[in-house]
Amino acid sequence: MKPIDRQFVQENLTELAGESLYIHLETTNGAYASHKDQSFFSAGTFIRNVQLTFLHGKITGKGPYRMGLETEQGWLYAEGLTDWEKDEEDRLLFAGHDAEGKLAIALELSKKPFPK
Amino acid sequence: MEEHVLVIFPHPDDEAFGVAGTILSHTQAGTPVTYACLTLGEMGRNMGRPLIANRETLPEIRKNELNEACRLLGIEDLRRFGMRDKTVEFADEDALQSRIFDMIEEVNPSLIITFYPGYAVHPDHDATGAAVIQAVRRLPEGERPTVHALAFSEGCEQVLGEPDIVYDVSEYSDQKMKVIEAHKSQTAGVIETMKKRFLEEDETMKERMSTERFWTYPI
Repeated sequence: MKPIDRQFVQENLTELAGESLYIHLETTNGAYASHKDQSFFSAGTFIRNVQLTFLHGKITGKGPYRMGLETEQGWLYAEGLTDWEKDEEDRLLFAGHDAEGKLAIALELSKKPFPK
Repeated sequence: MEEHVLVIFPHPDDEAFGVAGTILSHTQAGTPVTYACLTLGEMGRNMGRPLIANRETLPEIRKNELNEACRLLGIEDLRRFGMRDKTVEFADEDALQSRIFDMIEEVNPSLIITFYPGYAVHPDHDATGAAVIQAVRRLPEGERPTVHALAFSEGCEQVLGEPDIVYDVSEYSDQKMKVIEAHKSQTAGVIETMKKRFLEEDETMKERMSTERFWTYPI
């Protein structure tokens, strides 16, 4: 992955508007967060291969970046994105890595389902 | 000496930190070790340092790391269960227990090593240990293998007491460090510090690399 270039990402995002996409969306603070620090409230989520078509999508912020995708019925929102790549399968992969390089959030868009 | 050891953990690298020395002591004595690894740690937060993985490439990278770790450990029978990281506790319990039961019947181990359910911190660890215990209990009493369970939750010794199995694996410390290092995507950020602390004879690190502790599970 490489650091997000906002303008370049925006162009790639705009190209996907109106397409039927499979989404992987995830936030995580790690399974050991509360073990290492008992006062830490651990919360996280992931959803994989939910289908969605967005009407328009935007990336904002100065980095870490935010992304919002408006759909017919609602929204997808993500914050804390730092890195991205368009992989060999033409999937748009975004991730937010903390100062130690650990993944805190992932947002991925693909025209084909991700492996389960 | 054991006849056959069956190790059952959910994530690649679970076999490295608390068990590698014990596994090495078995394989080097000529005891076959079968390792069932339920997931590929697909949802790990560590992506290498510098970053070498993303969420989609991580499984393949960890699969290769797992193969290398098994080679270093002398494990010739690795079974990947193909489950997804973080989902073990949500899987069909009966199906998972049956799958583990079938494997136990086939491998016929004299000893099983897994996590102590309820005292192993990560929900996947607890769910794996629980499924293993239930699978073992399907065997008639008297035919059940010994289960050595790994516990490390805060305060677990207050409930479980001191571990009854404590192995000195100091002769395997260097090899154990290599097994930990083999899981590069997960340990690249800490391995140099670990090695340094070990060489400087830091007490905690020395203890971690040379002592492995288990509780015999009351089956």
